[in-house]
Amino acid sequence: MAENTKWVVSGAPHIHGSDSVTKIMWGVVIALIPAFLVSVYFFGLQALVLTLVTVASCLLFEFLINKFFFKRPCCLGDGSAMITGLLLALNLPSNLPLWMAIVGSLVAIGVAKWAYGGLGSNPFNPALVGRVFLLISFPVAMTTWPLPHALFGGSAVTDAITGPTPLAIAKEALKTGQTPEQIMSELPAYSDMLFGNMAGSMGEISAIAILLGGIFMLCRRIITWHIPVAFLGSAFIFAGILWLADPAQFMDPVFHLLTGGIMLGAIFMATDMVTSPMTNKGKLIFGVGCGVLTILIRTFGAYPEGVSFAILIMNAFVPLINRGCTPKRFANAK
Amino acid sequence: MNMKTFNIGGVHPDDSKLNADAPMQELPIPKQVCVMVSQHLGAPSQPIVKKGDKVKVGTVLTSNDAFLSAVVHSPVSGTVNKIADVVDASLYPKPAIFIDVEGDEWEESIDRSPEIKREINLDGPAIIQKIKEMGIVGMGGACFPTHVKLMPPKDAKAEYLLLNGVECEPYLTCDYRLMLDHAEEIMIGAQILMKALNVPQAIVGIEANKPKAIAHMSEMAKKFPGISVQALKMKYPQGAEKQLIKALTGRAVPSGKLPINVGCVVDNVATCYAVYQAVQKNMPLVQRIVTVTGPSVPQPTNFLARLGTPVSAFLEAIGGVPEDTGKVISGGPMMGKALANTEVSSVKGMSGILVLPEKQAHRNTVYPCIRCGKCVEACPMGLEPYLIASTSLAKAFDLTEKARVMDCIECGCCHFTCPSNRPLLDAIKLGKSTVGKIIRARNAKN
Repeated sequence: MAENTKWVVSGAPHIHGSDSVTKIMWGVVIALIPAFLVSVYFFGLQALVLTLVTVASCLLFEFLINKFFFKRPCCLGDGSAMITGLLLALNLPSNLPLWMAIVGSLVAIGVAKWAYGGLGSNPFNPALVGRVFLLISFPVAMTTWPLPHALFGGSAVTDAITGPTPLAIAKEALKTGQTPEQIMSELPAYSDMLFGNMAGSMGEISAIAILLGGIFMLCRRIITWHIPVAFLGSAFIFAGILWLADPAQFMDPVFHLLTGGIMLGAIFMATDMVTSPMTNKGKLIFGVGCGVLTILIRTFGAYPEGVSFAILIMNAFVPLINRGCTPKRFANAK
Repeated sequence: MNMKTFNIGGVHPDDSKLNADAPMQELPIPKQVCVMVSQHLGAPSQPIVKKGDKVKVGTVLTSNDAFLSAVVHSPVSGTVNKIADVVDASLYPKPAIFIDVEGDEWEESIDRSPEIKREINLDGPAIIQKIKEMGIVGMGGACFPTHVKLMPPKDAKAEYLLLNGVECEPYLTCDYRLMLDHAEEIMIGAQILMKALNVPQAIVGIEANKPKAIAHMSEMAKKFPGISVQALKMKYPQGAEKQLIKALTGRAVPSGKLPINVGCVVDNVATCYAVYQAVQKNMPLVQRIVTVTGPSVPQPTNFLARLGTPVSAFLEAIGGVPEDTGKVISGGPMMGKALANTEVSSVKGMSGILVLPEKQAHRNTVYPCIRCGKCVEACPMGLEPYLIASTSLAKAFDLTEKARVMDCIECGCCHFTCPSNRPLLDAIKLGKSTVGKIIRARNAKN
């Protein structure tokens, strides 16, 4: 039967689930929309322009590296470069000079991703490598935070006014001997922090917006609960222990959860599939490591914020965690 | 309803049970059949007929002295045309006996009357002997000789007989049809197996997507003391032996061990029906139900067909191959084998013929592994499919073995779930067969 030769002969299984890389990547993009909108709302057009620049430059570098270094067809379709661009933007102050953002994109895509072989091969989260590179290279620009528009408050402040983040304020004040109570009276109320009305990187300010995205990703099974819960839970407990031991020296745990990049880090950065462990047990260990390291750096380290460093350090442990945390076997007996 | 399932991994493909409630049809006997000489797992059989021999339905065609073996009977009456190698669903050439069909004359010893024979006269050893003589093998697909399962090693004791009515493969409906049409015979078959094994209890596992079968079999089970029906939550691969034992009894078969090591013997409902016919009616395994189905097939149907019927005859019976056909599969979509041509003939383990349209025939574009861990989550054996696949492709077979490749049941959950469309099962099967060879060579040396 001649006409039968055109039939496909391939190994089982012959059907495939509905999951795909593209679907996962676009899911993350959708989940980032609330945090992005909040940043545009508070920081204005600047935030939008910065995001467009990082996304465009990440896509461009991805394209150029594929075309000229690897000499293979473009792989922008998988959406991973766009996510790197988006996440990088959300980890930057909105008033960062655009050329610095482009440098950050080059480091994220060129060094952190493609130097290791591209999608799936990078040990460290590309967006975080880009951010940390900028933080170390341009410490002033990277820690000059615009204050959000006082749309909720009374006084008319403009984009131009900058100020430190609550974490930086607390760090400085604790050094000079102020008590947490005094510090808190100078800071926005927790309810303002929840909605994002404070200084900070574009995407990290609103806990509510980030949580919304997190819930969306949980429902779409893009992430599991393990890393965010272990990350935030361990940070809360560790900060709580310090606070209970000496409330005059340490900020309370709620403050630690609502300020800085911990929400963005726990839900979007640490859950990056490529750079986090495979098994649920491994994810829990990874999350706890991130949480404890974050609080350690924040309270005892030189920097006011430690989320990026904590995640990058834990990224380095992922191969070890994967080796140590094998899944639950069908029958434990040998 | 209290429903059970197995504990780790598994996926939920769309069950696609098309036209399952249509009545079973008898497929006309073709002009020529091609009977594969070996249709079981174990030592290959030898043909004992030669060209020109006259055979009837039920005439023994092959012999085999090995313990792990099964004989084959003629499914038709006629003349042996030739004995030659043909390419079967495995894509390897294997010996087959071609028989030109003349009439439909059965061996006199076979009882073809429709009435159900309920009284079991044979004792345990005689039942086992009869099952061996009648060439009964597991009809779920693995084709393990049934009589071997009934003779547990001295240190093991069977406590449960488990009947597999799960049919977790999408599209297939042959076991469903059988449970609706021949529930009582299945129950008697179970009683026969219980007697041979000397076990007091049998449980039939049926997935929740077959409520009619659950209701009908439960009703029937009331007449049979010791037999009960357990509804199971839908989850692939629940019909895999180890997963079914876990779901029904909570016991886990250890790595490298057999179901009997946890006191269980598992048989497909279709095997049970074949056992009934063999022991009560003296009828060898010469026919079976085959589901012919697919998204573009106008009338998906369950056919009762003689073994050795070419796939082309089945496809003719449904009105020819649909125009958009891109792939024809022997078995279900998760574990079935793609066929290269329609001259492949039906065998004891062929439960279905699935015709997939062109647009579903190809694999999706492969992306790099994004280390999402979904394969680990989906593996019902608790393995790390990504690790087994990558070590196997890197030819680091010592690592493949350490990653427990031999525990893999080749269910395809990892491959099915991978968002990067990576051909994980291809690589794992390569690793499994290579590591198997390495282990055998090592054992031979020691």
